[in-house]
Amino acid sequence: MLIKSKPDILPSEITPESVFHDRRRFLASSLSAAFGVAAAGLPGLSGAAAGDGLRARAPEDLARSAPAQWWNAKFENISPAAHEGGFYTAEALTPYRDVISYNNFYEFGMDKGDPIANSKQFKVDPWSVSIEGEVEKPGVYTLEDILKPHDLEERIYRLRCVERWSMVIPWVGFSLADLIKRFQPTSKAKYVEFLTLFDPSSMAGQRARFTTIDWPYREALRMDEAMNPLTLLAVGVYGNFLPPQNGAPIRLVVPWKYGFKSIKSIVKIRFREQEPATSWNMLAPQEYGFYANVNPDVHHPRWRQDMETRLPQTLLSSSRIPTQLFNGYAEQVASLYKGMDLTKNY
Amino acid sequence: MRLATALRWIIFGMSLLPFIVLTLGAVNNSLGPDPADTLIQETGEWTFRFLLLSLSITPLRNLGAGPRVFPYRRTFGLFALFYASLHFLIYLLFLLQLRWSEISEDILERPYITVGFTAYLILVLLGVTSVKRMMRRLGRYWKPLHKLVYLVNILALIHLSWILRTDLTEAVIYASILLPLLAYRVYKYYIGKTSRQFHSSTSS
Ligand code: HEM
Repeated sequence: MLIKSKPDILPSEITPESVFHDRRRFLASSLSAAFGVAAAGLPGLSGAAAGDGLRARAPEDLARSAPAQWWNAKFENISPAAHEGGFYTAEALTPYRDVISYNNFYEFGMDKGDPIANSKQFKVDPWSVSIEGEVEKPGVYTLEDILKPHDLEERIYRLRCVERWSMVIPWVGFSLADLIKRFQPTSKAKYVEFLTLFDPSSMAGQRARFTTIDWPYREALRMDEAMNPLTLLAVGVYGNFLPPQNGAPIRLVVPWKYGFKSIKSIVKIRFREQEPATSWNMLAPQEYGFYANVNPDVHHPRWRQDMETRLPQTLLSSSRIPTQLFNGYAEQVASLYKGMDLTKNY
Repeated sequence: MRLATALRWIIFGMSLLPFIVLTLGAVNNSLGPDPADTLIQETGEWTFRFLLLSLSITPLRNLGAGPRVFPYRRTFGLFALFYASLHFLIYLLFLLQLRWSEISEDILERPYITVGFTAYLILVLLGVTSVKRMMRRLGRYWKPLHKLVYLVNILALIHLSWILRTDLTEAVIYASILLPLLAYRVYKYYIGKTSRQFHSSTSS
């Protein structure tokens, strides 16, 4: 397969949005320097001290408080994204407000605005994750145990939804690979399976009478996909704690695959020898395969996949851009699929 | 009579309300990060609602509301056409962005578009032939032609069900309104067939 190598940053992609943000941050730091106060009251201002090196912080008025005390310490030191290796893009960020209010999370409802509206009471503390299957150290771990040894970093990824829209999101998390190594999968572990919480009492979508999803939602990766450094376990977004509608407290982010692979609110990670069933593949196997790699050449019966709409857009300024193979991460992941027919293994 | 006129204007105004609200939303850019998506969904839903409203007029009339409700069958039908045209226009302008090369692929290869498009063409045909002059011209063909509105509703339900994918609640709600309205016609048809004296020329 021929992979065109492209520079990560195109001058044309450095848009007013990011300039605007930096300007604001600059303004904040010079203001606080001048007056010796934290200029925390300014609307939309970055929550953290300027100069922490992060690309973006949730605006103060929308930022979340920690689900539990120990989260604060965890979020104090977030390292900025490395600029090489696909961990960073200089493309304009999708504003925080849109990232947290335009979601597909059917556990909380079908419409894009349902998850934020219906997840207000969602409890993410206490939370535990069960590690099962072909692994040396199975067990049920508290989230604190899961996160303890890992340092958090910012990752700026493109997110491409199969519904033909895309965003650019600054996640906070750590490589899934680092977690997997801790639990020591056996030689039989060929796949990693993930399950979302099943709790109809707090997740209205799971109570829906005419739903065709066989809850809980499940996803899976091949072991080498899971071990790829790009594969992220996210616990935050915009330097802040992940809101429920974005998959709190812990979710997967696989930037070269369609968004539905990036399963949210994970309670179970199972190492398996056989390819696990995945929710969308179970629902519509002719539309959604196991791999679900972003691919402009694989036809989909509902949406064109050769283009995408970068959100936000307005009616008068369309932001339609061509979709790239592996969502632009071919350099990092194409080797995983060497020799595979991607039109058959979609 | 004055009351009836006032009522007609009120209903007309209320039918335009979704259009006004959506237009304001579009102008103020308050329709979310993907306004085109919001608009296509809202106009689609309002099309279907007006189709159902139009379909419920004849049963209403026969069940006691009397002939004064009858003009609304056409009014609501034309509002359905109005919202369907907006729906289609939004699709052309903002989803397709007038790339005409892609429309044939959409219509031929995406079944839910095929179905929606068929429904829309029929609806246009019904709208065009809904004026008095066309009624007179078509004579006895007019009624059978306008029975196609049942097909439009069924196609709308299929279109919607294909869009929803996993939670079919919305389709179930629309179906639970549509099916009784269709069942009523089937019932009337058999009543009319078995006892000729009940076959009034206005039932449809
Ligand atoms: C009488 C004709 C039609 C009716 C009653 C109708 C109705 C609807 C309804 C109820 C929805 C769903 C809204 C929701 O998601 O809640 C919808 C969505 C949609 N319709 Fe139609 N429609 C019609 C014709 C068309 C035509 C002619 C086209 C394009 C050629 C079209 C394209 C679409 C698209 C693209 C969507 C959005 C799909 C999505 O959200 O994924 N429709 N329509």
